[in-house]
Amino acid sequence: MSFLEISQASIEFPTPKGPFKALDNVNLHIKQGEFVSLIGHSGCGKSTVLNIIAGLYQATEGGVILEGKEVNEPGPERAVVFQNHSLLPWLSAYQNVELAVKQVFKKTKTKQEMKDWIEHNLELVHMEHAMHKRPDEISGGMKQRVGIARALAMQPKVLLMDEPFGALDALTRAHLQDSVMEIQEKLGNTIIMITHDVDEAVLLSDRIVMMTNGPAATIGEILTIDLERPRDRLALADDKQYNDYRTEVLRFLYEKQRKVEPISNAQKKSNIDKKSQVA
Amino acid sequence: MLSFLQAPRQAVSSYFEGGITQDQIANLLKAIGLPVLGFLCFLLLWQFAANNIVTSLGNFPGPSEVTTQFQTLVAEHKEERANVAKKYERQKVRNEKKLAKNPDAKVKWRTYKSRTTFFDQILTSLWTVLCGFLVASFIAIPLGIIIGLSANIYSAINPIIQTLKPVSPLAWLPLVTMVVSAVYVSDNPSVSKSFLVSMITVSLCSLWPTLINTAVGVAAVPKDLVNVSQVLRLNWLTHVYKIVIPSAIPMIFTGLRLSIGIAWMVLIAAEMLAQNPGLGKFVWDEFQNGSSNSLGRIMVAILVIGFIGFLLDRIILLIQRVVSWDKSSVIR
Repeated sequence: MSFLEISQASIEFPTPKGPFKALDNVNLHIKQGEFVSLIGHSGCGKSTVLNIIAGLYQATEGGVILEGKEVNEPGPERAVVFQNHSLLPWLSAYQNVELAVKQVFKKTKTKQEMKDWIEHNLELVHMEHAMHKRPDEISGGMKQRVGIARALAMQPKVLLMDEPFGALDALTRAHLQDSVMEIQEKLGNTIIMITHDVDEAVLLSDRIVMMTNGPAATIGEILTIDLERPRDRLALADDKQYNDYRTEVLRFLYEKQRKVEPISNAQKKSNIDKKSQVA
Repeated sequence: MLSFLQAPRQAVSSYFEGGITQDQIANLLKAIGLPVLGFLCFLLLWQFAANNIVTSLGNFPGPSEVTTQFQTLVAEHKEERANVAKKYERQKVRNEKKLAKNPDAKVKWRTYKSRTTFFDQILTSLWTVLCGFLVASFIAIPLGIIIGLSANIYSAINPIIQTLKPVSPLAWLPLVTMVVSAVYVSDNPSVSKSFLVSMITVSLCSLWPTLINTAVGVAAVPKDLVNVSQVLRLNWLTHVYKIVIPSAIPMIFTGLRLSIGIAWMVLIAAEMLAQNPGLGKFVWDEFQNGSSNSLGRIMVAILVIGFIGFLLDRIILLIQRVVSWDKSSVIR
């Protein structure tokens, strides 16, 4: 039995035109301490998979089993780092983490222990200098750091990250990726991350799960990344194996699962094909 | 009022900190000069218009006439209070004399009521509007939160709200009067019936904007924050207290400001129509009097009503500044 098991998960959403099948028969086994990325074109249902694991959506068929227990509601043992940080704008960084810590540890930790734990987690993401600032006073990258600290502070069994660096500029993103690698090295978290950035996926993951296009999306291929840790982005840039992995993911995304919009107008179609070639 | 006070305050403080620059002088002139200029223009236009409108009670009251009437009203108020004080003084002297002659004599201590002056009417109106507004808010905010949290309850209640919202206070008034007369029966009433009627009418008309705005604000809590709450498994009360209310605070205050404006307008109308004590009754009585001073006194009342309405709005704004986390939002 694996640590986390997604078993024959399908989901349908009701629409006025009848049910829409977003995911079909998704099967995935994840080991404890593994870093798994989900990659695919936008709209392919990556986020839906994550939301099912988080318990925010319920699978229509099949489901998720974490340590032998079925997941059917959201909970702090499956903490989520949301794409746009989702910090409460009226609370400081410290208070945002505090809300989570108070909720998870109110029976097991004393006040002082909670305080130390909050500060420890903010230090982990290098936010100790801006602990008492509110989200509107810090940069996008710092907000996302606090978001990660909040999730880590829940001491989750699985850390779910929904395009955590999608809204950040390239430099900040690289910086945060290094932070995440460093933290995972230290804590050995099980992490599932959604991304559409091929480099990010190869650099961070133990396995990359590539999704086919929707509707009724499912897992196309799974690529095991056998690169030694700790990984260094500069050294890897010239690494043959790294670039092979990269090419393999790109080939999946742009050859096997090239996104073609179903448009009847032939003129429009050829335009879109040109665009996707450019992309 | 505050923004128009704050601008010169900033200008003045920076004037004391450093030397005077041309910019600062220009700012000072702008901040103080422009409102004063606007006011002067208004007075001129008013005087001009007043001179050209002749009614059966004489000229329409201009600024000077209104100032005179205001002073008269202040004088009447002082005189009335002085009269009452004199009565008490005389009673004291009289009783002391009696007691000096015969320590066992029975003396009467009467209470004297002064006639209600213009300023008494203002206080009555303020107290009524405050009570009505508080009652409305205590109903509207919790109800708005409940409606906003559930799309089903919202669908069920929305048509009722939309139907009751546009009802004029004057339509409610007869019903409220009859119901209060029938229900509020007491030999020793702690509050008067007229107060209750005015207050309930105010509440009925002013709760809608707060109710609707609270519901909309609560329904608009970002989905991401709701997800955070779910992942943390916050219970219902913590969810409302930590996530929903802070998120909806700006909308709640928008509603409260609309409500206090409506409450004040409704109150004056209700007082006029029902002859309940307050500024509305003052205006109506002056209209019925029809003396040569009446128009001026009504004009004084109108200006006071306007100014109080303005102050009430600013007080809510001040509270919003203290309560709301979002100090950066532009509050007008």
